[in-house]
Amino acid sequence: MFAFIVRRITQSIVVMLIIGFIGFAIKHEIGDPVRDIVGISVSVAERDALREQLGLNDPFLVQYGRFVYNALHGDLGYSFFFKKPTTEVILAKAPATLELVFVSALIIILVSIPTGIFAAIYPRNWFSRLTMGASIVGVSIPVFLTAILLIYLFSVELGWLPSYGRGQTVNIHGWHSGLLTKDGLIHLILPSIALSSIMLPLFIRLIRSEMMEILETEYIKFAWAKGLRRRRIWLLHAFKNTLLPVITVGGVQIGVMIAYTILTETVFQWQGMGFMFLEAVERSDTSLIVAYMVFVGALFVVVNTVVDIIYGLVNPTVRIVGSK
Amino acid sequence: MKEKWKRFRQSYLLYSFLRDPVAIVSLVVLVILFALSFLAPLIAPHNPYDMASIDVMDSELPPAWLPDGSDTFLLGTDIQGRDMLSTMLYGMRISLVIGLGAVVLQAIMGIAIGLISGYRGGRIDAVLMRVADIQLSFSTIMVAILIGAIFQVAFGVGRYEQLAIPLLIVIIGVAEWPQVARTVRASVLGEKNKEYVEAARVIGLSPMWIMFRHILPNTLSPVLVISTIQVANAVMSEAALSFLGLGMPVTKPSLGSLINSGFEYIFSGAWWITFFPGVLLVVLVLVINLLGDWLRDVMNPKLYKG
Repeated sequence: MFAFIVRRITQSIVVMLIIGFIGFAIKHEIGDPVRDIVGISVSVAERDALREQLGLNDPFLVQYGRFVYNALHGDLGYSFFFKKPTTEVILAKAPATLELVFVSALIIILVSIPTGIFAAIYPRNWFSRLTMGASIVGVSIPVFLTAILLIYLFSVELGWLPSYGRGQTVNIHGWHSGLLTKDGLIHLILPSIALSSIMLPLFIRLIRSEMMEILETEYIKFAWAKGLRRRRIWLLHAFKNTLLPVITVGGVQIGVMIAYTILTETVFQWQGMGFMFLEAVERSDTSLIVAYMVFVGALFVVVNTVVDIIYGLVNPTVRIVGSK
Repeated sequence: MKEKWKRFRQSYLLYSFLRDPVAIVSLVVLVILFALSFLAPLIAPHNPYDMASIDVMDSELPPAWLPDGSDTFLLGTDIQGRDMLSTMLYGMRISLVIGLGAVVLQAIMGIAIGLISGYRGGRIDAVLMRVADIQLSFSTIMVAILIGAIFQVAFGVGRYEQLAIPLLIVIIGVAEWPQVARTVRASVLGEKNKEYVEAARVIGLSPMWIMFRHILPNTLSPVLVISTIQVANAVMSEAALSFLGLGMPVTKPSLGSLINSGFEYIFSGAWWITFFPGVLLVVLVLVINLLGDWLRDVMNPKLYKG
């Protein structure tokens, strides 16, 4: 097990180095750190001096080495629009996005598990058929369209819920949380529903199909033959093994969700990382774009590594096959 | 030719198609949408690209059946005074061209990489599949957004908008190749130890020839299935990119950019600029998805389980 974890972590370090390399190459090609620091009124000679001083005339690999070194020390460059280090900008915006993802993930788990199990146990029930039918329609509706529909229905027509922003937030050691105030929670409803809408159908279908397959296996038949209670067979025997594939897919889907936060945040003007990223693109703020890329990359890599390690813990066959 | 037609008529594919009302309806709708979009210049009542025919005074007119609606504009007009129906037809054409183009590109990349990876095995396989894994863990939409953002900064907004169609094809195609590559690789692994491949190797055919002429034809059915669904995904990705302002410009809108341009006016009550393109987009993606699902069930029910 220890070897498995070490190998998995080494892999993710290599991946991070590659992501960093791509990010650095982009910055090197299209960004201009001198412009990020000085205004237009600075003379060419002074620019050249600054260029030399910043080490921008060094060989590519030397600069990449410095980039990695700085990144490890939490320095991903300087955003010329915010006039602040990019890590600071991103960390200020990250709580909004993470809270949105967290609440959406909660909705997905709470809705998809019961629905999926039910649809697997009673596949011919009208509710199961309705869910399966609705799920294929659900996959075909882009997340921004769901978001717009929700806004039109609940904000413009009915006027029940706010359509943009995070509402009132509480500052806990620099983490601006919207989860603790009523206003913040109300503002969370529409964006989190919109964000979860794209994943829900997928998870319901996944849980249903895995569960149905497992209900056909021998050990479940044996459990029936032993005369165990229905609930115990469904929830304890069958559902436990359904979780394995759900964990793997879930890990990958968190990456997809972060991508969709860009869309959701744009529609709801949610002050998170995705919204910030799009603004950075409009302003050609290369440092911030690259910093976002590296940050999100690190997030994905960490999530995927943790998911893989958990998977290895739960399912020993993975470790054994991999460790030869 | 006649022989082929006879074989098609007796095939299981046609048999199951004729017994599946959902598939029939989906195909009919899809054919109609294709016809509408590619014949747009002939059918559309107005030409949305012809600046001379657009009158700003006509902007934001509601659909014809509402009060204030005009009979010349059946589904109303958008903010620049363009006829919604015509703009949507032209927009759907752009969405489909980009979607199909991206799928062709990813199929070429995916088939080539998948074949080499599966047939050669060893180190090449390990490296290529790691790259595919990493890219997939980032999710295709994220990769597409990142590449789009970088292209836009590198090219500048003006140049990016000029080149939008080919750029979007490249962005979406490159973002989605791993799925095809994995599918092809999986079936190559199943095929490459069969006798016919061994026979081909024994008579001294080159690896290239074996890969493309012997193995490839036997891996095409999963590729076909996955490509169908990938068209829907590509259309969705294009719409998402355009909605974010990283896709088609408003002067030459796709369905996504139309939705984006209408979104700002939804608060003033002009719902039709967002609603109609949205419905069209959902219907288009839905019928492709339904057809893809049907095709998967018929051709290879185990495909997604493997």
